[in-house]
Amino acid sequence: MEKARPLWSNPLQFVFACISYAVGLGNVWRFPYLCQMYGGGSFLVPYVIMLLVEGMPLLYLELAVGQRMRQGSIGAWRTISPYLSGVGVASVVVSFFLSMYYNVINAWSFWYLFHSFQDPLPWSVCPLNANRTGYDEECEKASSTQYFWYRKTLNISPSIQESGGVQWEPALCLLLAWLLVYLCILRGTESTGKVVYFTASLPYCVLIIYLVRGLTLHGATNGLKYMFTPKIEQLANPRTWINAATQIFFSLGLGFGSLIAFASYNEPSNNCQKHAIIVSLINSSTSIFASIVTFSIYGFKATFNYESCLQKVILLLINSFDLEDGSVTADNLEQVKSYLASTYPSEYSAIAPQIHNCSLESELNTAVQGTGLAFIVYTEAIKNMEVSQLWSVLYFFMLLMLGVGSMLGNTAAILTPLTDSKFISSLLPREAISGLVCLINCAIGMVFTLESGNYWFDIFNDYGATLSLLLIVLVEAISVCYVYGLRRFERELQAMTGRALSWYWKILWAVVSPLLMVGLFIFYLSDYILAGTLQYQAWDASQGQLVTRDYPPYALAVIGLLVAASTMCVPLVALGTFVLRRLKRGDTAPVS
Amino acid sequence: MLWLFFFLVTAIHAELCQPDAENAFKVRLSIRTALGDKAYAWDTNEEYLFRAMVAFSMRKVPNRETTEISHVLLCNVTQRVSFWFVVTDPSKNHTIPAVEVQSAIRMNRDRINNAFFLNDQTLEFLKIPSTLAPPTDPSVPVWIIIFGVIFCIVVVAIALLILSGIQQRRRKNEGPSEVGDAEDKCENTITIENGIRCDPLDTKGGCVNDAFMTEEERLTPL
Repeated sequence: MEKARPLWSNPLQFVFACISYAVGLGNVWRFPYLCQMYGGGSFLVPYVIMLLVEGMPLLYLELAVGQRMRQGSIGAWRTISPYLSGVGVASVVVSFFLSMYYNVINAWSFWYLFHSFQDPLPWSVCPLNANRTGYDEECEKASSTQYFWYRKTLNISPSIQESGGVQWEPALCLLLAWLLVYLCILRGTESTGKVVYFTASLPYCVLIIYLVRGLTLHGATNGLKYMFTPKIEQLANPRTWINAATQIFFSLGLGFGSLIAFASYNEPSNNCQKHAIIVSLINSSTSIFASIVTFSIYGFKATFNYESCLQKVILLLINSFDLEDGSVTADNLEQVKSYLASTYPSEYSAIAPQIHNCSLESELNTAVQGTGLAFIVYTEAIKNMEVSQLWSVLYFFMLLMLGVGSMLGNTAAILTPLTDSKFISSLLPREAISGLVCLINCAIGMVFTLESGNYWFDIFNDYGATLSLLLIVLVEAISVCYVYGLRRFERELQAMTGRALSWYWKILWAVVSPLLMVGLFIFYLSDYILAGTLQYQAWDASQGQLVTRDYPPYALAVIGLLVAASTMCVPLVALGTFVLRRLKRGDTAPVS
Repeated sequence: MLWLFFFLVTAIHAELCQPDAENAFKVRLSIRTALGDKAYAWDTNEEYLFRAMVAFSMRKVPNRETTEISHVLLCNVTQRVSFWFVVTDPSKNHTIPAVEVQSAIRMNRDRINNAFFLNDQTLEFLKIPSTLAPPTDPSVPVWIIIFGVIFCIVVVAIALLILSGIQQRRRKNEGPSEVGDAEDKCENTITIENGIRCDPLDTKGGCVNDAFMTEEERLTPL
């Protein structure tokens, strides 16, 4: 009795699953940063071009492969050519690394979500010091939001060498995050299909609410003006184009095998071309939408800090010169300063070092990305809004939905090849396989709850997937077009879906996208080699800020292992298959 | 004679209360910052109230219950609204040690603030650090309660799903040769009916009832 492949109940579930997977935290915390760094409004030009030339074609390619082969990544590439099943294995390995560290972000979202139900929010005030006469020293030097992140959430150690112990609070949250993911993937597409309705749509609800709130905040227009003012000269900077290409590439989640896994649960006649276009357009527009929200929040925060800075200077002046309270305002500050400098030069020069030059531009210039943006900058803005508990709950709930949606795709990429394999699925039911994968990931993930866990997190985040994915997708594109044969694939697609493949896709798949991938790959490789020794940002509690340190040798070894473990799969498995076939040479037919 | 005595007393008073004098404290008020439009003007009546509050605080100290308002001296009132004050002993010749004044003010800081509608930041006693109110810590941190609730919900849901999955599998294993209930089987996506795949009802036109088909080659498409 053959088991039929589970299917999505309707095509909408498939689209939602892809959207839920592709629209993740990177749209919220990486794109606004890139937009700010590489030219504001003019960054959209390379972004859209890369979307059309690289994002859409490669997404369509993966979906078509998955839908045609109707298997997870390992089986699909084995069907294309037995020597290429290493590509599938590499995808699974990269997905495994990703799911190990990605769920820690969900754990942090849970932590902040649970702490949002207090008044006042715990990150809005500094804790008191031992004799209750002032605030905690580390908190004074940094800010209350940074203190809450680095001390209360992570309890971070000064360097990666000092590991410290497992922090039980983040460990509990990580356990809960994995239980939640297990709950969603337990029944396969049956349960995943229903969950993605929520994980795909709820973030948009929250984003819309935040858009309305953000645009009505005081000072939001400062941030928006700053972001959208195009700096055309950045278009000449090659890094702009490279970052646009990289962002499109990683944002869509190509190469992990998740898209192949999702598409393999499709009806063969599904119109994946339309879905590929829809998903990539929605992903990019979500990025732009999220950056509008982010920049109005930036503007609010920068304006708030600027006005606080001005108030501090005013207070300093009226205290030192005993002027009437309320006589100095932001408008006449400059005149008062010059008047005082000329009338009381000695006293003025005594306090001159303490007078900061408050500048709105410098506040807006603090470009942050990643966990710093999500957990420090946003919380700083939220604590100054009215009814901050509500905004905080909404925001972290949205982060959670985005993160869980991406996790569903990651785990699908790992589980689909496992459940496709007859050997493993005959041993254990799918619930047990899923449970085992979640358990292993959770156990390894406890490393990220150590005191030095955040440094290991950064290692995995920066090096776990970048180079390997470029290689995987490059090999994918080349193998479909040249090993399997573009004409053969085109014929089969047409037979399957009933639609002809237009010349646009053919040219992009065969020529343009591979060239782009090669270019990106060479760029990244040379970047790593030229950088020499790798460095990281460590939190210095005594200064209350980040400092740069070098990685110790064993951390460099781990980085090397991470990159090698996935990239080496491709040649090693090809070699292994070749050797096995030679051994079986006897009376078997030659390889096609 | 009387004028000379009066002159002497004011002179001594002036010496006792001076900026940076021994046991003198500087006070700074930011009324407009605190109250905005409802700010009141600082005049001699407000000064009288302040002296009364300081005297009241001193009277709470053991051995100083006889402090009068006249023992509290103010001087150097500026436009900022800042001034210095000292508390003298009943003989009006010496000032009370700073430590006693400090502890008295600290204990009654709340009431002094309230008398002027101000708080610790807008009514500052320089050199008297204020005791910051500790945040109210509930016995069980709030986050653990919410964590516990969500944890239990997730665990219960997982258990339910696993159990129903085991039940379904047991039911399927017990009756492999029966012609199963078409509706029931078709809800489960992993579903077979006598060797022929059964797709979900809403994408195809229903399930194939094998009772009408005997050989696969003669199957006509639906």
